[in-house]
Order: sequence, then structure tokens, then C-alpha cells
Amino acid sequence: MPTQGIYTIVTNLPIARDVYELALTGDTTALSRPGQFVNIQLNGLYLRRPISVCRREQGRMTLVYKVVGAGTRQMAGMRPGETLDLLVGLGNGFDVAPARGKSIALVGGGAGLPPLVGLMETLAGERVTCALGFASAEDVFYETLLRSLGADVAVCTMDGTAGMKGLVTDALKTMAYDYYFACGPKAMLKAVHGLGGDGQLSFEERMGCGFGACMGCTCQTLAGNKRVCLEGPVFFSGEVSCECFR
Amino acid sequence: MLSVALGGVTLPNPIIPASGTFGFGYEMARFYDINRLGAVALKGTTWDARFGNRAPRIAECFGGMLNAIGLQNPGAPAVAAEEMPKLRAVFGGVVIANISGFGIEEYVATARHFDERSDAAILEVNVSCPNVRHGGMAFGVTPEGAASVCRAVKAACKKPVFMKLSPNVTDIADIAAACEAAGADGLSLINTLLGMVIDPASGKPVVSTKMAGFSGPAVKPVALRMVYQVYERVSIPIIGIGGIRTADDVLEMISAGAAAVQIGSQNLVDPWACEKILDDLPVKMAAYGIRDIQSIIGRAHA
Repeated sequence: MPTQGIYTIVTNLPIARDVYELALTGDTTALSRPGQFVNIQLNGLYLRRPISVCRREQGRMTLVYKVVGAGTRQMAGMRPGETLDLLVGLGNGFDVAPARGKSIALVGGGAGLPPLVGLMETLAGERVTCALGFASAEDVFYETLLRSLGADVAVCTMDGTAGMKGLVTDALKTMAYDYYFACGPKAMLKAVHGLGGDGQLSFEERMGCGFGACMGCTCQTLAGNKRVCLEGPVFFSGEVSCECFR
Repeated sequence: MLSVALGGVTLPNPIIPASGTFGFGYEMARFYDINRLGAVALKGTTWDARFGNRAPRIAECFGGMLNAIGLQNPGAPAVAAEEMPKLRAVFGGVVIANISGFGIEEYVATARHFDERSDAAILEVNVSCPNVRHGGMAFGVTPEGAASVCRAVKAACKKPVFMKLSPNVTDIADIAAACEAAGADGLSLINTLLGMVIDPASGKPVVSTKMAGFSGPAVKPVALRMVYQVYERVSIPIIGIGGIRTADDVLEMISAGAAAVQIGSQNLVDPWACEKILDDLPVKMAAYGIRDIQSIIGRAHA
């Protein structure tokens, strides 16, 4: 059950080029799984901004966002002590049950990777390898954090300025895994899905409401029309169709 | 007194979530008891199942938004057989079926299906969807087109028929009057205004259909003006729609001539929007000395 509440900013700091980590305090009981998202109301902007939850603990959550437009630009200018109106507990999130006991790959692309941190915490004790892809060295973040949570981490950059040069799928091809979780831009999800195997993919789409009322974010899956905001944002690899990547 | 009458159907209050902004209703029951609502308007339904338009279907603009969903729905038989029972499990009040089509035959088949095979009390016929080619708004931009759909649906159905009108016309009152003459039991106005948002960096329209339906608080003055104009020309009840966000907006719309209102975009930014308006409406009425909401319908014309 999603809830609405006022959340107080604890920190709001840049962690990579145009990427900010925002820590908030407030009620987090509506968050039940990693991979869920919140919808943020901002001054002077009509629609809320959907941002995925990076990690959460009792009374505190961390969001990571990239400055791409008026909403995220406003967020980047906010200071500790200021408050935000959030709808919390949206979307289905990752289902870790099918991955238990398996050799797991987490695949993250750029600013899409933050939910993998909360997922990694939920997967504590499992064998996990991360493949993270970025454009360039100045875009890299959370490599150390994911390593500290127990994952083997491989970083790829398009220009080769950090880690190995190439796409995240180039690193993934060298890894042994039998279940994957992927979070990132559509082109990356398509490439990961194209490698085959079982897993879950988290999608992004422009949303009207974020809770299933407007059908603004519907995609055609093999299991019928699904709303990215309500039945998603996480879909099983077996239900994802080529239409999902358009 | 909050109850209002719409074409022989009595509503406990005038607050109705607008078609397309409330799913099929049951999705919203997790936020509050939707039995408090005056009625629920279903997502727009065609005879055949439709996926709708490609993404992106949504864009934002100052004071509102654009949508180009494109009448995504599972088709009239599935809505009546599957979605209606899911709504009925959580909602005992008045249901308004919202009917779209690409030809008069489809409008009639869909309307007749809801007339005979559902317990929807009112048929709202949408001749104003701006987001589909052929049909949709095409019928709603001329008095003859709107009247032809209205006449055909009225001849085939027993339940009250409300025609949902487009604001993208030269004179909405002419179209309203033509619908009344064709037998409409009421009117719903306005649907979205045809608008556009362009990404300044790429120079490309944001929504996949390029043009899309503009709604939100910014359109309220247009909606009020059109309800006001139509009220002067017709004697059938009007459901006022467009940019309503607060109980004060409701009282404005009713003063312009609406017998009830629909809340649209505001449900998308605040899932509790209708409930908040329901909480606030009696408070505002008491403050303004309004005892019976029906007594202020059209009072702006005095």
C-alpha cells in the first residue's frame, strides 16, 4: 500500500558527474522490496518525478538521481533540513526468491544502477557479481560501495577511462552466472536480455501518475499489457518482449 | 445537501473521478474508500481491445500535462465481464461507462453492450478523444457528427446518454445544442485541449503522437467558460470537467452551470484528490452559506 508523506533531507551530495545521492528521513514502512520507487512533488512542476529507491532502513532512505531536467535540477539545489512530499512504496520491485542459492549477476547502467545497492543488501550471503557500465571515469559511482557489500565488481566505460573499455555486456559475457538482475537504460536492458538466461529487468518510462491510474507507461509484454509503474518496473526476463525495448 | 441528479440518476454528491484518470476504479480502492464518490467513470472503452499509442504518452507543461494514451482498453466485452466485477467488489455506487468508437456502428455496439450487459447507470459517449486518428474527436467537432452518434446510441440504448464534448471547436454550444436535439440526456465537458510540448534541446515533440491532450489546472478557465456558454443554450444537465483541483474549483464549476463535476489530472498527482475535495466541500459550503449544492447550479448567470 503506497503512502504519502513529508520527508526531510539529511544530505544531498554529488557522487559523480550530474549524479546526486539524497538521504531522507521519514516513514519507510511502505517500502517492501528493493527496486520500488517514490514519486516526488516539486515546486512549480505539475507531475511528480519518479525516482527509484537506492537503499532503505528504518526511518531513512537513500535516492540517487541524475540531473536531466527541471525537476532533478530543482532537487540538486535543495539543502539538508528542507522537505519533500513523496508518494512511497510504488511499483513491484525485485523478487529475490528465484535467485536464492544461484550464482547471481547484477547489471547496472549509469544512473540506473542505484536499486542494485538495496538489492545487494537483500541478497547478503549469496554469490554476487556486479557488472557496472558508465560513459566515462567521471560518471563512475558505487563501485566501492557494492564491493563493501560483498560483490565482485567489474566496471566498464565506453571510453576506457576507467575499468575495461566497452559495454557492460562485454564484461557480462566473461562472467559465469545463472541468474541476473538488470537496471539501466533500455539499450542496455535489450543487450542483457539478448544474452539469454533467466533474470529480472527494471524498466524506466515517462509516467503520469506512478500508481496505475492513467496507463501512461504501459508496455506490451509477452504476458499482456503491463504498466511499468504498477505491474513493473521489474519484469521477469521470460515475459519481456522486443516491444518493451522500443 | 450534496446529492445531485443526472438524467434521472441520483448521486450522493457531485464528485466523480474522470474517465482515464482512475483506471477502472478498483485500482484506487487501496488509497481510500471509493464508495464515498458520487460516481466512478470507467476508462474509455472501445469494442475491440486496444494497446493505444507508443511511449512516450505523457509530457508535462506549466500548470498541467499532455497525454496521448490512445484509448488503451481491453475491449467492451472484457470490460463488462472482467473489469466491472472487480470494481463491483469494492464499489456499490453509480458507475458511468465511457464509450468510444471509430465509427457509428462501434459506438452503438459498445454502448448497447454496457446498456444490456452491465449495471453502469449512465453511458458517457466520448466524441472528443484527441489522441486517435479517425473517429474519436472527428465526430465531436461538428454539430452533425456529434448528433449522429448521439441519435444512433439513443435509439439503441435505454440508459441515460451523456455526450462528452471536445473543446477543440469553434462553438461548443452549437454542438451541445445539436446533441440535446438528438436526444442526449446530458453533456460532459470538456475533454482535453489539443496541445504540444517540444524538447528545446532536440527540437522534437516529447509525446510520440506529437500533439496530445492538454489537461490540468491551467485549462480550468477554458472549461468554466465553455460550461457557462453551454448552460445558456441547453436545459439538460452538464458534468463540468477541466482543471478541478479543490472544493472551491467545484463550487466555481457548479456556479457556471454544472450539475456535477469530474476530477481528472489531479488524481494523477494526488491519488487522494477526490477524497480531499469531499472532505473540504461541506466546509466551504458552510463558509459561503450554501445549504443545498443543487441550489447554486448556474448561479453565475443571474
